[in-house]
Amino acid sequence: MPTKQYQSFGKYPAVHDQEVRSAYWREDLSAQLTDGKSVLAYGYGRSYGDSCLNEGGTLIDMTMLRRLIAFDDQKGILRCEAGTMLAEILEVIIPRGWFLPVTPGTKYVSVGGAIANDVHGKNHHRAGTFGCHVTQFELLRSDGQRLICSPGENKELFRATIGGLGLTGLITWAEFTLKPVKGPYIDRESIRFGTLNEFFQLSAESDKDFEYTVSWIDCLASGTHLGRGIFIRGNHSDKKATRTRHAKPLFGVPVELPFNLVTRLSTQAFNTVNYYRNFKTVARGTDFFDGFFYPLDAVKEWRRVYGKSGLFQYQCVVPYEQSREPIQDILARIARSGQGSFLAVLKSFGKIPSPGMLSFPRPGITLALDFANRGDKTLRLFDELDQIVCASGGAVYPAKDARMTAESFQAYFPNWRDFARYVDPKFSSNFWRRVTPSLQGQSQA
Amino acid sequence: MRLLIVGATSAIAHETAKYFAGEGAQLFLVARNPEKLNAVRDDLKARGAKQVETYVLDLTELEKHQALLDAAATGLGGLDAALIAHGTLGDQQASQKDVAVALRELNTNGISVISLLTLLANYFEGQKKGCIAVITSVAGDRGRKSNYVYGTAKAAVNAYLSGLRNRLFKAGVAVVTLKVGFVDTPMTAGIKKNPLFAQPDTVGKSIYQAMLKGKGVVYIPWFWQFIMLIISNIPETVFKRLNL
Repeated sequence: MPTKQYQSFGKYPAVHDQEVRSAYWREDLSAQLTDGKSVLAYGYGRSYGDSCLNEGGTLIDMTMLRRLIAFDDQKGILRCEAGTMLAEILEVIIPRGWFLPVTPGTKYVSVGGAIANDVHGKNHHRAGTFGCHVTQFELLRSDGQRLICSPGENKELFRATIGGLGLTGLITWAEFTLKPVKGPYIDRESIRFGTLNEFFQLSAESDKDFEYTVSWIDCLASGTHLGRGIFIRGNHSDKKATRTRHAKPLFGVPVELPFNLVTRLSTQAFNTVNYYRNFKTVARGTDFFDGFFYPLDAVKEWRRVYGKSGLFQYQCVVPYEQSREPIQDILARIARSGQGSFLAVLKSFGKIPSPGMLSFPRPGITLALDFANRGDKTLRLFDELDQIVCASGGAVYPAKDARMTAESFQAYFPNWRDFARYVDPKFSSNFWRRVTPSLQGQSQA
Repeated sequence: MRLLIVGATSAIAHETAKYFAGEGAQLFLVARNPEKLNAVRDDLKARGAKQVETYVLDLTELEKHQALLDAAATGLGGLDAALIAHGTLGDQQASQKDVAVALRELNTNGISVISLLTLLANYFEGQKKGCIAVITSVAGDRGRKSNYVYGTAKAAVNAYLSGLRNRLFKAGVAVVTLKVGFVDTPMTAGIKKNPLFAQPDTVGKSIYQAMLKGKGVVYIPWFWQFIMLIISNIPETVFKRLNL
């Protein structure tokens, strides 16, 4: 098997100068925080940009810290080490009638990562973010203190660590509540819609009756077809399990391609086929949870289709009061540029607040897209999109970002200085150094 | 399934135990370090093990092996299988310079295993059923200059298990020799990784399946069978010149 790479999921920026230390037991963690270089925890490297990288510093590989600590299968409370993968948790809890309260689009992330990025899922309008379901965790600081953080104890650190991108210290273990389910299936409906306005309508109707809602959109459709797509909504099914183990990746992209498969033509072709693939306008089915929540996990190493230069993800949120025009604007700019891919997702966020200080989701509409890294062209498009997002009072998601400017970051998260007070002086990341240049040179070694 | 696991805090043993825990097995875990043992116990309980008992012991204390076996049989109400997974990688250079170090290694990886096996063999033979599985190594197939003290201990255990398998066949007791190759665990943290390294969870799954099927000699992962076939058949006049 190949040696593990400590990069980000989008492979940009490529970072070479990182020392990596592996931790195997919670008792040994304090020893990992010695000596002068700055540190950052690293899980499964699913952040797209540079929030999981620490060039010139040390990464602490937490993936061996994946032991469960306690599972109350009557009340649905799970405590586990921070490196435990959501995929592994699902294997244990689903057969016993429980599900994750919130899950992102991939199950190959750690619990620590889920907290540090305050991940959200298709049920944000009902359940909020992952951080909303965390009851407590232990935070190890560089001064050796192990602090239990919860809404009642060390609550500022609790709020700073949720969404805190690993900068407040090392999460050693965490505890969170689960959601009771009857089985591993989802009753799903897929509805084709032709315009952005239809999306907004469907969204408003569906949020009432459906736990999970999300849309795929054709980001290259323009003019009268602007914002056409497929709306997917679902609820947990009462159907009981017939198979106990769920799908391994069905096929994969075995080798990194030296070129990028995702071009304007291929994207347009894919999008058109995908839009029309359901013969009827409304299709219904019962999906195994894997296929409903983690369609991309089924293709192992799907990011390889983007070739050597990797990919960017751009995810923004635009507040409800502003929604239609900025989203329309953004989609129009992207369609014009010819960039963008077949993985374009639109969803409405709900009003449930997260305890996290730097939490990204806020009431509004979120749009997430992959872009092949075409260098300057792509970066300039992002700068344009940033202007639209800033003007609307929205934000861009740090977990996916590799290039937002300090100015933008500080506009998206106006309370960033409050957050900065809780950053552990020994912890740092490429992302943090990039977006807070005024703080650098003060405490980092 | 009532399973005794010796060296339960080892990454491979823990991964194997997870599969048994998932079926609701009863487990008796033995290791030197109580904190680590408790962390492993908590994990296996959370994964569904019906019962998990822990027992702290340094396996080189041979005189305590009988007490260990008695505690396991009492604690679980009998034993259906045993997995022996304790051991150290050792330091070849230090073993060459100092007889005491070499003997300590042979004691840990060879003698202590044989001592336990003697007692376990009699126990399982007495009840005419069970499975004894031992993690040895491909290094036991042929001594090579980079780790022959380690290889010696493993080779001794391999030969012992072969004889034991022969003896216990009539009693219906399976004896599984698990010849494991390179695995990415804390034990090999100091070794530079290469494509031959396996992950502990895949190794754990193979061990679990081998134990359920009561296999004989198993190479893990499978490709080591072919690698060692070649290595074992290199004539000595050639092998002695190699840099393995």
